[in-house]
Amino acid sequence: MTDFTPLTGLIGGAMIGLAAVLFALLNGRIAGISGILGGGLGAVAGDRLWRVAFIIGLLAGPPLVAAVTGSAPTILVQAPLPVLIVAGLLVGFGTRLGNGCTSGHGVCGIARGSRRSMAATVAFFASALLVVHVIRHLLGA
Amino acid sequence: MAATLSSLLIGLLFGAGLTVSGMIDPRKVLNFLDVAGHWDPTLGLVMGAALAVAVPGFALVRRRDATLLGGALRLPDRSDIDLRLIGGGVLFGVGWGLAGLCPGPAIAALTTGVPGVAVFVVAMLAGMAVHRLIARR
Repeated sequence: MTDFTPLTGLIGGAMIGLAAVLFALLNGRIAGISGILGGGLGAVAGDRLWRVAFIIGLLAGPPLVAAVTGSAPTILVQAPLPVLIVAGLLVGFGTRLGNGCTSGHGVCGIARGSRRSMAATVAFFASALLVVHVIRHLLGA
Repeated sequence: MAATLSSLLIGLLFGAGLTVSGMIDPRKVLNFLDVAGHWDPTLGLVMGAALAVAVPGFALVRRRDATLLGGALRLPDRSDIDLRLIGGGVLFGVGWGLAGLCPGPAIAALTTGVPGVAVFVVAMLAGMAVHRLIARR
């Protein structure tokens, strides 16, 4: 059970939206993490540095917030190890096949009015909703 | 140089936003997706706020033909909806629903030191590599 946290949700969401806009304005690119990572596999020199920089920034996010707020974020990963492996493989493969994820399609694509991204977002939300429902209410896990 | 610095700082803003919003915690993500159970609407609000900023923001971007740093705009312009897009989305969604993790939050969450995150990220990179191998044929 997690609490509805509307204020931090809104603030954090606005920060994400701002980051997406700034990335387009300053770097001319979509802030889609699956693309930044996946496109980096086998990237040529000249195409790697900005990707590494972004990932380093991403990694530094939680420690920065912890330092500023004085409390470290607590997360809990409850899926068992084999499930995590399968989930990771599916997320990795699926985001590359579908050319995007929640940041690339869900935030940037939809913000740009892309029908393609809207379709992709419906697809991954629908399947995620179904999977969670099956696991929690049909399998009782 | 400037583009590398902006990439770093924007990545930091993005990671901070994911953290502040609670999106690096799989529990909050899964509880949003669990509409029939312990529903936590936060993720919906996060997306809403992100779009509230990004929609007008990208309208500004659309008017430009170069970045503010004078660089090229590399924004996708495909409009076709094909099986790969939907199939990829469905597969991604299954993984997301299983773990409550997707690429951005998973990377950001690595620094929390929770072991499951690293396992997920390694598997995710492997999945991306598999796609790359298959797609080349």
